[in-house]
Amino acid sequence: MSLGHQQVDDGTADSLRDAFTGLVARLRSGDLGSLPVVAGLVVLAVLFQLLNPRFLAPGNLVNLTLQAAPLGVIALGTVVVLLVAQIDLSVGSVSGLASAIVGVCAMRLEWPMTVGVLVAIAAGVVIGAFYGFLLNRFGVPSFIITLAGLLAFLGVQLALLGADGSINIPFSNPLVQFANAWFLPPWAAYVLVGVGMALMLGSDLAHRRRRILAQLPVSHPSLPIAKAVALTVALCVAVWYLSIDRGTGAMPVLFVLLVVVMSGMLHRTRWGRSVFAVGGNVDAARRAGIPVGRTLVTAFMLCSALAALGGVLAAARLGSATTSSGAADTNLNAIAAAIIGGTSLFGGRGSAWAAVLGVLVISVISSGLTLLNLDSSVRYVITGAVLVLAVIADSVSRRSRLSHGRG
Amino acid sequence: MSYSFGEGAPYNSAGGDPRGPVVSMRGISKSFGHVQALRNVDLDLYPGEVVALVGDNGAGKSTLVKILAGVHPQDAGTVTFEGRQVSIPSPAASRELGIATVFQDLALCDNLDVVANLFLGREVGGAVLDEETMERRSWELLRQLSARIPSVRMRAATLSGGQRQTVAIARSLIGDPRVVILDEPTAALGIAQTAEVLNLIELLRERGHCVVLISHNMADVQAVADRVIVLRLGRVNGRFRAPAMSYEDIIASITGVLNLEEGTPEDDIGERGSL
Ligand SMILES: Nc1ncnc2c1ncn2[C@@H]1O[C@H](COP(=O)(O)OP(=O)(O)OP(=O)(O)O)[C@@H](O)[C@H]1O
Ligand SMILES: [Mg+2]
Repeated sequence: MSLGHQQVDDGTADSLRDAFTGLVARLRSGDLGSLPVVAGLVVLAVLFQLLNPRFLAPGNLVNLTLQAAPLGVIALGTVVVLLVAQIDLSVGSVSGLASAIVGVCAMRLEWPMTVGVLVAIAAGVVIGAFYGFLLNRFGVPSFIITLAGLLAFLGVQLALLGADGSINIPFSNPLVQFANAWFLPPWAAYVLVGVGMALMLGSDLAHRRRRILAQLPVSHPSLPIAKAVALTVALCVAVWYLSIDRGTGAMPVLFVLLVVVMSGMLHRTRWGRSVFAVGGNVDAARRAGIPVGRTLVTAFMLCSALAALGGVLAAARLGSATTSSGAADTNLNAIAAAIIGGTSLFGGRGSAWAAVLGVLVISVISSGLTLLNLDSSVRYVITGAVLVLAVIADSVSRRSRLSHGRG
Repeated sequence: MSYSFGEGAPYNSAGGDPRGPVVSMRGISKSFGHVQALRNVDLDLYPGEVVALVGDNGAGKSTLVKILAGVHPQDAGTVTFEGRQVSIPSPAASRELGIATVFQDLALCDNLDVVANLFLGREVGGAVLDEETMERRSWELLRQLSARIPSVRMRAATLSGGQRQTVAIARSLIGDPRVVILDEPTAALGIAQTAEVLNLIELLRERGHCVVLISHNMADVQAVADRVIVLRLGRVNGRFRAPAMSYEDIIASITGVLNLEEGTPEDDIGERGSL
C-alpha cells in the first residue's frame, strides 16, 4: 500500500526500504496502528508472569482462549457499529437475552439445539433491525435507543428465565461440549494453520498479479512470502504450546474465522466501503449516493446478531443461562475491547482484528487478576482504567491528526 | 462511469447547434421565508467557457447554483438543458443530466484514500470491489488533470488543501459532465495551490466543459473567466466579457455603484464588452 507512488518494481532493497520508510512516516504522524496494543499485551503478560508463574502455563492460556472467544464475538459486532460512528450499549443485554432464549428452547421446550441457537441469533437480527429503523426513521441518537434497549431486553431476559432465574444446560449437551470439550487434535490444528496461511499467501499473490496486469506498482514478492512464513511460524508455536495442555479449542477457532470473514467484508466489498464512508463523513456519503440508511441498519443487525451469538457461546461455556448472563461487565468489556483494539469512537477507523487484540487485553487482565486472587472490584477498576487510557489514546491520536491537518 | 477526455470533439451536443447554450435559466426566483434570495435571474451557459459568478455575501450565488445542482427547487422560472426544459428535483437528477457540482465544503471522507473518494458511490465491481481498475483509472484521471498527488493510496486526511480541491474536482469529472460548478474552490488556498486549481479550470475549459466558478477573489476571476455575471441582492447587476472587463467596473457593479441590470443574456454571446 505504502508503495503506491512507485511506478516500477525495482528490486528487494528498494521496496523493502520503501516499506520501512512508509512505516516510519506513518508512526511519526501519530498513526501507530496496532503497535501500542501489541506492546501493551506483551508488557501485561510479562508483568502477570512475574507476579504468578502459572500465568503463562499452557493450561491457563487454553482457558484464556476459551474465555475470550464469546466476548470477542460480541466485540466484533461492536467494532462494526463503532465504524459507522454509532454505538450499541445493549450488546450485553442482547447477549444475555440470547443465553436465555437458548436455555428456554433447549431445556424447557426441548427443541433441537440448532433451532434454539438459530432462534437466538434471529432475535439479535430483529433487535438490530429495530434499532436501525428507529435511528433512520426518527433520528434518535443510537446512544439513547440502545440504552433503552439495554433495560428492555434485560427485562425480557428476566421474564424468560422466570422465577428460577437460571436454566442449567447439562454437560452432555452438544453446545456445551462444543464450548468446553471440543479441541482440535494437534495435527488438525497444524493443517488448519497451513491451509489458512496458504490461502492468505495465495490471495496476496493473486492480488499482486492483478495489480501487475493493471500495470500498477507492486511490492516485491518476498514481502507477502515473508509475512506468510512469519505468521505460520508464530501460529505453529502457539498451537504447539496450547497442545501441551488441551490444545486449540473449537470455539476460539470459530471466533477467528468470523473475524477473517468480517475483515474481508469490511475491506473488500461495496458494503464495507459504505461502512467506512458513513463513519468517516456521513454527509459526504449521502451526497455521493451511498445508501446511508441501509448501511446503518445492516451494521446494527450484524452487531446484535453477533452479540446474540456471543451470548449463546457464553451460555455454552458456562453450561447455564442465568439472570446474570451478559450482565454488568459484558457490555463495557465488549465496547472496551473494540476500542482498546484500535477502533475509533469517532467512527470510520478500525478493523475486525481490533476485536481480537482488544479481547486479548481484556482477558489477559481478567485472567491475571483472577490468578492473583484479587477481588472482582479491583478487576472492574483496572478494566475501567484501561478503557479510559484507550479512549484517551484514541482522542489524542485524532487530535494529532487534526493538528497535522489530517482530519 | 468511464470518464475519458477522449479524442476529437469533447462533446456532442444533443441540442443540435453547438453554439447554443447547454443550460439556460430564465426568470429564476427563489425565496426562503421572507428572504428573497433570487429575483428574476436569467443565465446562459455555453460549452467550453468559464463563467464567473460574483457578488457580495448573501447575493444569491450559492442559491443559484444549488438550483442547478438539484438542492433547491426554484419558485419561478424555467431551466432548459440542451434545448429541453427540465426540472431538477434532486442532486442525483442533476448529475444524471450532466451537471457536476463541487460544493464549498468538499465532502471528502478523510478516513478513505484518494481512490475510494474518487469512486465514492460509483465503485467499480460487483459486491466485491475491483480495486485494481479503480486505482488505474484514478491514476489516469489525475494524470490527465496534471494533479500533483504522490500516491492515490494516501488518505484524504493527509492531502493539502489544493490536493483536496483537485480530488474533489476530479471526482466531479467521473461521468463526464457537460457543466462543472465550483463554489469558491480557491477560498482556503495559498498562492501556489490557487494557481494549481486555476490551471485545472483552464484545462476543463479546453476539454469542452462549461465551468461555473463562484469566487470572491477578483484576481482569480480575471485570470480565468471568459464572462463575469454579477449578482447583487438576488438580481443580475452586471454582465462582463473578457478581455474588456475592468476590475473597477466589476467592483462598482458588485457594490451597486454601477447598475447594468438592463443587460440581457443574449448580449453575452454578442460583441458587447464592458461599458
Ligand atoms: N437554506 C436557506 N434557508 C434560508 N435562507 C437561505 C438559505 N440559503 C440561503 N439563504 C439566504 O439567501 C440569501 C442568499 O444566500 P447565498 O448563500 O445564495 O449567498 P452567496 O451569494 O452564496 O453568499 P456567500 O458569498 O456568503 O457564499 C442569503 O440572504 C441567505 O441568508
Ligand atoms: Mg455561497
